[in-house]
Formats: sequence, C-alpha cells, structure tokens
Amino acid sequence: MQNTISLPTPVSPIKHFIKKWGATIFVTLTVIVITIWQYSVDGRVTEAVLASTIRQSTPLVLGALCGLLGERSGVINIGIEGQMLLGAFVGFLVNVWTGNLLVAVFAAIFTGAIMGLLLAYMSVHLKMDQIIGGTVITTLAFGLTGYFYQVGLTTEGKLLPIPLGPLADIPLIGRAVFNNPPITYATFVLVILVHYVLFYTKWGLRTRAVGEHPRAADTLGVDVYKVRYINVIAGGAIAGLAGGFLTLEAVGSFERAMTNGRGFVALAVMLFGKYTPLGAWGAALLFGFANAMQTQLQFADIQVAHQFIGMLPYVLTIVILSGFVGRTRVPAADGVPYEKE
Amino acid sequence: MTEENLALEIRHVTKRFPGVLANDDVSFTLRKGEIHALLGENGAGKTTLMNVVYGLYTQDEGEFLIDNNVVEINGPSDAINYGIGMVHQHFMLVPVFSVTENMILGSEVTKGTSLDLRRARREILEISEAHGLEVDPDAIVENIPVGVQQRVEILKALYRKANILVLDEPTAVLTPQEAEDLFRVMRALTEKGVSIIFITHKLKEVLNVADRITVMRRGKVVGHTSPHETDQKGLAAMMVGREVLLEVKKAPAKPGDVVLEVANLTIEGERGLEVVKDISFEVRAGEILGIAGVQGNGQTELVEAITGLRSIDAGEIVLMGKKVPFENPRYLVENGMGHVPEDRHKHGLVLPYNLADNFVLCTYYQKPFAGQMLMRNHQAVFENAVGLIKRFDVRAPGADVPASTLSGGNQQKVIVGREFSRPLKVLVANQPTRGLDVGSIEYIHKEIVKMRDEGVGVVVISAEIDEILSLADRIAIMYRGKIVTTVDAKDATREQLGLWMAGVQPEAA
Amino acid sequence: MNDQSKNNEENARSFSSWLGALWRAVAVPLAAVLLAILIGAILLAISGANPFRAYAALIEGSFGSMKAFGRTLAKATPLIFSGLSVAFAFKAGLFNIGAQGQLLFGALASAVAGFMLKGLPPFLHVTVAVLAGAIAGALFGAIPGVLKAYTGASEVITTIMLNYVAINITDYIADGPLKDSAGGNIVARTPEILDSARIPSIGEIPVGFFLAIIVSIIVWFTLWRTTTGFEIRTVGLSPHAAKYAGMRVAFTVILTMIISGFLAGMGGSIESLGIVGRYQPGFNTGLGFDGITIALLGKTHPFGIIPAAILIGAMKAGASTMQFNAGVAKEITDVIQALMLFFVTADLIIRKLLRTREEDGEKIILSGWGQQ
Repeated sequence: MQNTISLPTPVSPIKHFIKKWGATIFVTLTVIVITIWQYSVDGRVTEAVLASTIRQSTPLVLGALCGLLGERSGVINIGIEGQMLLGAFVGFLVNVWTGNLLVAVFAAIFTGAIMGLLLAYMSVHLKMDQIIGGTVITTLAFGLTGYFYQVGLTTEGKLLPIPLGPLADIPLIGRAVFNNPPITYATFVLVILVHYVLFYTKWGLRTRAVGEHPRAADTLGVDVYKVRYINVIAGGAIAGLAGGFLTLEAVGSFERAMTNGRGFVALAVMLFGKYTPLGAWGAALLFGFANAMQTQLQFADIQVAHQFIGMLPYVLTIVILSGFVGRTRVPAADGVPYEKE
Repeated sequence: MTEENLALEIRHVTKRFPGVLANDDVSFTLRKGEIHALLGENGAGKTTLMNVVYGLYTQDEGEFLIDNNVVEINGPSDAINYGIGMVHQHFMLVPVFSVTENMILGSEVTKGTSLDLRRARREILEISEAHGLEVDPDAIVENIPVGVQQRVEILKALYRKANILVLDEPTAVLTPQEAEDLFRVMRALTEKGVSIIFITHKLKEVLNVADRITVMRRGKVVGHTSPHETDQKGLAAMMVGREVLLEVKKAPAKPGDVVLEVANLTIEGERGLEVVKDISFEVRAGEILGIAGVQGNGQTELVEAITGLRSIDAGEIVLMGKKVPFENPRYLVENGMGHVPEDRHKHGLVLPYNLADNFVLCTYYQKPFAGQMLMRNHQAVFENAVGLIKRFDVRAPGADVPASTLSGGNQQKVIVGREFSRPLKVLVANQPTRGLDVGSIEYIHKEIVKMRDEGVGVVVISAEIDEILSLADRIAIMYRGKIVTTVDAKDATREQLGLWMAGVQPEAA
Repeated sequence: MNDQSKNNEENARSFSSWLGALWRAVAVPLAAVLLAILIGAILLAISGANPFRAYAALIEGSFGSMKAFGRTLAKATPLIFSGLSVAFAFKAGLFNIGAQGQLLFGALASAVAGFMLKGLPPFLHVTVAVLAGAIAGALFGAIPGVLKAYTGASEVITTIMLNYVAINITDYIADGPLKDSAGGNIVARTPEILDSARIPSIGEIPVGFFLAIIVSIIVWFTLWRTTTGFEIRTVGLSPHAAKYAGMRVAFTVILTMIISGFLAGMGGSIESLGIVGRYQPGFNTGLGFDGITIALLGKTHPFGIIPAAILIGAMKAGASTMQFNAGVAKEITDVIQALMLFFVTADLIIRKLLRTREEDGEKIILSGWGQQ
C-alpha cells in the first residue's frame, strides 16, 4: 500500500534551500548571463539597458515599499497609483512656482503622506472596505489632477545625475548604478532602511504583529490604530516620492494619468517580492529589466506593432500574479479592519 | 475591609453592549496568593468582566482597587503596569513569530535602535526555568502544540512581572493530565505570591483547584462559595439556576449495517506535513462514534475530508456502500450525510441571510424550494422555516431576521434544524456544543441521541472528554493525525482517555 | 369593522416602516451627492469660478430642454450597463475594475458587426451587433474570472492590467487591420456602422435607454429570484458557507465575471451603435470606471443604479454647456464624481451627521488578495 508514508519527514536543508531560493537564483543567473553576453556583443547598449532597468524599477520599488508597509500592518493599499499621481502633480506644480527642486520633492512626499492619511482614516477609523478606499484615492487623484492641470506649464529643469567619484567609472555597472539622480540613490537607501526597520526594530516587530494578529498586539498594549496610521502615512510619503521621481527626475514635466498603472504594477512587485523590501527590489529590477528590453525591442528592426510591445509589462504582471500569488503568504489580518471593542 | 489582604477588588461594575447587559453590578475580590474561580455558563459574563479588568473594554459603571487603591485602567498597558496578566481563551500569539518575539512584543528590549533578541532569549530562559515552564525560545509558535502555546502565554504574563493572573478557560485545550500539570503550576505560582483568577465552566476543576468560588449567571454574581461548602450538583444548580441533568439519558445502542467507512485516509496540511495519517474506521447505523482528542490533532482536517470540504492525498471514503467522490459536498447532501460544522460562522451559516434562506442553504435548488427554470419559491422557503423554527425551538422574532441577530445557541439550533430535518443516513457533528449554554447543550445532545435511535450513524468529534463520554457508544482517540485506539464507551474512563489523548500508546494486550 | 381598522393600522405601520427603510437606503447616497456638490462648489470658488453660474449651466445643459434631457439619457444608458456590471460582480464579492476593458471590446465588436454585416434588416442587425458586443465583453471578462478561480490571482489587479491590454489591442485593431480608410482618414478608428445597425431614438429619448431598464429588471430578477442568483450572493457573502452548501464556488466566480463582462460589453455596444456610430479609441475612456461610482452610489442594487447613472450622465451631458457658458473646465465633474464616491463609501461620516442607523442586510464583502 502506498499510504505507509508516515511521520512528517523533515525536508533536507538543501532541498529546502532550493525550494525557497531556487527560482530567484535561476532568474538572477539568467539575467546575469544575458547581460554579460550582451555586453560582450555591444557594451554601450548593455549599459543603456542597465541604466534603463534602474530607472524603470525606481517608481515600482518605491510603490512596492508603500504597499508593503501598509499590508505588513494590515492595510491593503490599492491607492498607490493615486498617491503617486497626486505626488507627481503637486511636486511638479511646486517646481513651477518655486523653481526649487528640493522643495518640490518634499511637496511631493508631503502630498503622498496626506493621501496616506486619508487612506488610513478610511480604513482604520471608518472601517471601509480597503479596496474600495484605495479606489476612492485613485479616482480622487485622477479627478483633481485632471481639473487643476493646465497645459503649457514649464519648469526650470529636473534633478540631474550625481556621479559618485571613481565608482561611476566601473565598467558595466558604474554608469548604471553610481551615476544617478538623488531620488534613485534615496531609493537604494530606503529599501535597506525599510528592511532594517521592518525586521530588526521594535517598530517593525509591532508592525508585523499588527498585520498578523492585531488583537494579540492590542492585549500587549500596542496601539493598533497608531501603528496602522503611521505605516500607511509613511507608505503614502514613499508613494509621493515615487510621483516626485516621475515629474522631477525622470520626465521633468507632468501629463494627465502619467503614472500609467505603475502603482498597480507595484502591488504585483510587492507580492512577487513576498512582502519583503529586498524581494520587492529584486522583483522591481526584473520588471525594470523587462521594460528596458522592451524599449530595445522597439528600436530593433522587428515587425511587431508597438501596441503589443506596449502591453508586455501588464501581461507580465498578470502572469506573475497568477503564478505566484498562491505561494506568497499574505499577512493574516491584511485588509481586515480592527474593532477595538 | 482593609484588614483583608486584597490583590484586586472589583466594585459594582456594569458593562453594557448594544442590547445586552453583559455585567450587571458585579463585585468581586481577589485575595493575595489565592486561586479564585469565576464559574459560569458560556455567556454569563465572565470573560467580559475580565476584559474590563484587563482594559480591553471600558466599564459603564464601577471601579477597581488594586492593593486597596482605586485605579483607572484605560487599556491593556495600564493593566500590565498594575501587574495584571491575562491568558485568553483564544491565545493571543502571533502564529508566525518565534516564542521570543511573541514574549517581548509590546515590552521590547532594545540595544540602540535594534531589538536585542539575544538578551530577551536569555531572560525568557531564566523565567521559564524559575517557574518550571519549559519552552524553546526559538520555536515558531504555529509549530508547537497548544499545551506549549499555553505555557508561552503564561510566561508572557510572568515576563511582564504579573502578580495577578487571569486564566480564561485554560483547560479547554488540555488533556486531564495536562490540566493536572497546569493546576500544579498554578499552585506553585500562588506560593510565590501570584494571585490567580481562574475562569471556567467545568465543575470538577473548580472543586479541585480553587480556594474560593464566585458564580455568575446572566451577567450577575449569583453567589460566593468555596470547595468545602458545596459539591458538583450544588455548583451546577447555582450556575444554571435549576437542577441540571449531568448525564445524557440514552438506551443502549442497536448498531445496524455499516453506513460510513473511512479507509486509509491520509491528508497533507497546508505546510506539507501529514495532518491525518492512514486513518481507518467505520460507523454503523444506530450508533454514535465519538472521536476524542486535543484540539489540533487532525480532527478538523479529518472532518473536512469526510464532509467534502477538503481533498485528500490517499485513501477512500465509502458512504452507504458507494465510494464517495472527493471534495463534493453536493453529493453528500444528496446521499444522506448531514454535517454540523465546527465553525458555525464560517461554514454553517451565512450570517447576513435571514433564517429562511439559512434553513435551505443546502437544499435551495431542490423541490419545493425551487421550481422550473431555476426559479426560487419564496413561499415554500418561508413555510419550511416557520415549521423548523417551531420544531427545533429556535428563539427568533421571525423567519425573516438575519441569522447574525441570534444568540449562539439559537444559531446552532438553526444549523441542527436544517441538517436533522433532511433524510439522513450519516451525521457528522464537529464540536456541536462548543460555546453554548447548558440549556442548548442539553437540547442538542438529546437531538443527537434521537437521530441515533432513528437509525442514523453518528460521528461526534469533541475536545471535551465529558461530552464524548456522555454521548458516544464507541470512542476513537486521535493523536497527531492518527487514531490511537478505539474502545467501547462502557469500558472507557476519563483518566485512560486522557492518557491516550496525550499520546500514550495502549498496551499491546 | 374592527378587523378592517386593525388591518388599516397594520398597513399604515408597514407603510411607515417601509418608508423608514427606504429613507435609510437613500439617505446616504443623497447626502453624499449633496456633500460632493457642496465641496465641488468650494473648489470652483477657489479656482476663481462662480459656482452658481457653473451649476446653473450644468443643469441647463442636462435637464434644461427636452433635447438636453435626451442627451442626458443617452449618456446615462451605457453608464447603467457599466454600473450593473460592477454591481453584479460586487454581489459575488468580486471587484470588477475591468469593466472598462470589457466595455472597449464590446464597443469594438459591435462596431465591427455594425459595418461588416451587410444586408440585414435593421432590427436583426442591431440585435446581432449588440449580442456581438456583449459576448466580446463576456469573453474578456471570463479571463480574470478563470485566473481568480484557478490560480487565486486577485481580480482587482488582473482586471486593471487587462484594461491596459484591452486599450492596446483595440487600439491596434482600429489603427491596423480594421482602420477606416474612407476619405483619406488617418485617425485610428473603424469605418462607420451601417444605418441598419444604428440604435434609433424615439423623439429625443434613445431606445437604448429602455433596453437598459429592461436589463436592470432582468439583473434584479436573476439575483433575487433565481437559484443562480442565490448561489452568486452566497459566494459573495461567505465562500466557505457556499462550499459547505455544495455550491460550485469556482464556477460561480467565473460565471459572475462572464455576466459582468457581458453587461459591460453591452454598455460599450450601446455607445458604439447609439452614440459614436463607430469604434474610435479614446471615445469611451472612463465609462467603466464611472461604473464603480454608479454601482456604489446605487448601493449595488439594479434599481438604485438607474438614478445614479442618470445623475452621472447628466453631469457628462451638461459639462460642455458648463464649459461654454461658465468657462469652467469640465474635468470638475470628475472631481465631484470622485467626491461622491468618497462620501458614499465613507458612509460612517454621513451616518453620524444624519444619525441614521446602519441598515441590516447584505453588505459588500470583497475577498482581498489571494486568501479566499
């Protein structure tokens, strides 16, 4: 009989390692091999692809950080798109008015934080369905930016790359990694910072506890509402920064609906990265790489309609979501309003 | 007053919820170093009172004194600061955290900005040694047995230097032997000066362990007593307000043909471990098979597999001589299986639906509830509901009120009414009386026995040994996904069942 | 005699309790609309416009004449469909943000059927073309349903992504294989539909509007009078209980998305055959998203959706008059609409203001991410 399989046999450590990291390692190795091969063929194109990968991944990883701060504390945020868009718009306006890029960046961050506050209020105090709450944010952002946007506003310029001394001269990765504008560097720092806060500090422990079992945290004197508010607001600020990246660093101007679904793709990035900042970074880089390759494809002499290339990132998101969502452990209290009494 | 050495005094506390007076002018004293049992039925207001003390609820009236000083408790942190620790009936542990992380949550030790897990771990080991409560600080909570999780909960309170400890129904998840161990720990704690409030509805335990007893009924304190002054019968009468039949009256079983057969059933759980291992048993018409076991030993998965809610990895299930297709509840409904689910809110009822729709939850598509072209027949649905409400004594204002507005006992009666009114061959009842008041328990037990006498093969799963002993004709004991042994109920004793539930193997003889 | 008066009294009481229930049902959406209009006025004033003139122009452009009213109903018609689409999915606990994409496919398919099928009598041609659009929407709606049922991928994200996919594919078709080549056209659009496929108007009132009313009644009937509707609502309120009851949860999820897509597709179809007269990218943007606002304003009830759609339709119909007469950018209607959505979903604020209690009964319960 086949059912003599008794006792939970502990999986061997090697198997366990492969199961946990196998896919990641495989994908990373493939990307590295492709890159090196490509570099040997044409170095300049490769450098451009790498730089473009970083650029494309920045708003995605910032959006994912916003999403995971919220969800780790139990609040689903599908308003990232709106937070980004409004952050981008206000950042742009402030840049037009003041001509001061630094002030503009902080205006973008502040706008995102306010939208985070609104989401936190809706989901924590009003106990609204959080998915509908996020939709409200996005709808509101589209409406406001649409109404207040005037065509023809121009700015003095945008944030420029700052080469980090000799590091920027390293072949292959130097220009892509160490010759970036400030928000991109800030993103590198934020990924590490959020990772540290989430997994090594008191605040992170409380955040994760609130996202998994808010009542348990409450019985130990942790203020569930406060933890959720602060995380969602901080997340909103990061989404606002992502918006600032779009108008102040990447493009230099504002267009209606310019976020183009990045806020939603960021959610897929977050899930793919298994709710960890480093994982999200990896996932965002993969998305960025795919996007960069897509741009190359459009330059290349291939007879495919641009619409089909244009929809690749969205198809990729669907595929990844379908393949991975079942294997990602979602925080247990994600999306559930907490009732104190 | 003050000559008494009181750790905690509760004066005239009243707590109202919308439509319910949960605590009505309750007063209560806890002496230093005593074990004070708070006895009452489910819904009597014991847990509410303790949640008020612990700051999870705010009282509408009344005050608290700790060490003879009036104190304000506005939240759990205040309670913790006053030295109150509480072990909730449903453990307040984060399943994916390690024991250490759970212990320090809310009272974290840090080094600079980082958590100092190493120091925390050391402190936990010291406390656990000092009190003889052994735990592995690095274990992930969801991987450890419930008995050990309870130890973690107690240590959590001690880690916060609690000297008033509230234990809410702590023995519900333990075998009798484990409960004895817990009582020893409790006595040892009182010797170190800890005062304990022990919430329970189990009479034997109260008499066994308490120094003093306070009985609550319907939100009020109905009396104070002590183990020397009373016995089980007296306590039961105080608790329920009338004489209680402590045993279910039933005639000997007349087993007929085999109606349900489970063969070599194996189920893998969510995390790849086998939660049910090669289980086989059969149930005959007209008998009750009780499956006993500490919660979390695979009973839930076993029942879900039998009732079609879960797929299996090996084995087969045979109902009335026919192999059952897996994960197909509809087949089971149509072939005479009834299921009283463990979680009546998750599976048993659609809470926003009215009673009429809940009564036809499984048969809504059959005649007379549906006619041609998928049309529903509301009149038939309502007539059915009115009949069942009367027959099963459901206390409700009408068939059109949402199920969510009913008390737990009446909700369970709706489920029982729905399932028992179908033509059944096999009935599976998982924890059929959990969380109910004595009246509802008696009623549901009586109905289950009636089903047996009508020739239905019944499987009752319960973590309460007493329920199993009073209902079952044969008893199977589950431990870690296996059936340890199956015995005739006549030959079973509490102590022996307890040992088996704890994993002690039956002798080869 | 006595019995008679007692009966009357009872009738009166049940009537007043019915009135109370109606008040509880409409109080929140009504207050939400008023609050949104109020805040919209403040925004208008801030940006230097005269809110009274703006709103007067808005009303004139939407209800001021029979012609304006006809325009309002014409705008409202596809909105009823997209509102029904979103509301129908809500009933099964699904958030179909993809009504937009399904609507695009419906609009394209109907337009194609409208110019390609030649020689059909008008009534038959319209029927076939509408069905073509509805089926196209249903097929596109089935995709997120299947993904949700079999992989657990949240329909919230997949439908958003599929909206982008739909924009790209329909854009490609209208700009490539089926591009209108008449008269040296360079714009991305399909040829004009034949007259036999055009949905006519009776006086100023478009016939499509009556179709929308009929479909609303059918949707109501399906949800509350059939066993399929019972299954859909049960899955929405408690998928676990649905499984326990022997319902096929995965099948119901897919079926719901198909019907939801069918309704959205019909909305696109009416837009193509009744208003635009062809498929032209960019003409239908936002209709599917408006469906979310309309579904929630209408409390996800088919009969609530009709007035909600007329309201939003009126704002769209009057927007250009407002822009022309009062010099206010018509995007302000998007802001007001977003505010309506906010206040109707943040109903706790309004309940506190009005001191109405929460109505009992079925609320929307969305299933969140992949956790069932």
